[in-house]
Amino acid sequence: MTNLTYLFAAYTVIWVALFLYIFSLSRKTRQLEKTLDALKESRKKKKSS
Amino acid sequence: MRLPKNREVIGWLSLVFMLVSIYMVFIYAPPDKTLGQVQRIFYFHVSCAWIGFLAFFLVFLASILYLRGRNRRWDILAYSSAEIGVILTSLVLITGSIWAKPIWYTWWTWDARLTTTLVLWLIYVAYLMLRSYTEGSRGARFAAVFAILGFVDVPLVFMSIRWWRTQHPGPVIAGGKGAGLASPMLYTLFVCLAAFTLLFIYLLLLRTKLETIKDEIDYLKRGD
Repeated sequence: MTNLTYLFAAYTVIWVALFLYIFSLSRKTRQLEKTLDALKESRKKKKSS
Repeated sequence: MRLPKNREVIGWLSLVFMLVSIYMVFIYAPPDKTLGQVQRIFYFHVSCAWIGFLAFFLVFLASILYLRGRNRRWDILAYSSAEIGVILTSLVLITGSIWAKPIWYTWWTWDARLTTTLVLWLIYVAYLMLRSYTEGSRGARFAAVFAILGFVDVPLVFMSIRWWRTQHPGPVIAGGKGAGLASPMLYTLFVCLAAFTLLFIYLLLLRTKLETIKDEIDYLKRGD
């Protein structure tokens, strides 16, 4: 491997890892927000009935 | 019109700084005379390491504050910061290994800096495991004590290249006589550090929000 290949590999690892982490955090947050909204809605319905 | 939240502003700002830092790393900064192009790994490697230290310092501080007042917000901050710190330290170990192969002709050596960094990584991986296996305030208390004790390794990692003869390159800032970087390299390092600081704040806001939503869900489920 040439020096440039190592350089490319290092930056690829950093970018892929950070991108995957941000993506997984955003996805989990969206899913949990949906669950939270559903729970709030069901509580509202319970109170009103 | 919806105003952007602080988190979104910081996210965009960190993206802009990242793009500027990429330009500076690959175009503005000159190649190193002895190490060649592979030296450019240094800018993100060092930034990940320093912001990793910052993350663990925040875990340390938030854990002390949690033990003093038992406020869940400090516990969330410590947990979130530890997770980001582990990710950044993983990147430090991986990029360090990639740098070492063409320079030292080996992926790994049991050098003082490398070994103390690996120990640091293991300590905070253990902290995250402790968090995932224990629940409630008792688990949080255990984890806080563990995090405070674990922080002892951070100054050891920082001082390892000053106290012992190591293969790892010497300090570039506050390293004494003969240490230092050429101005374009130093400016590039500072921009990278700014970019990673902003990224860290963005990730921390994102991660703490996730934990806060989990708490809200738990609270509502208990109420049902």
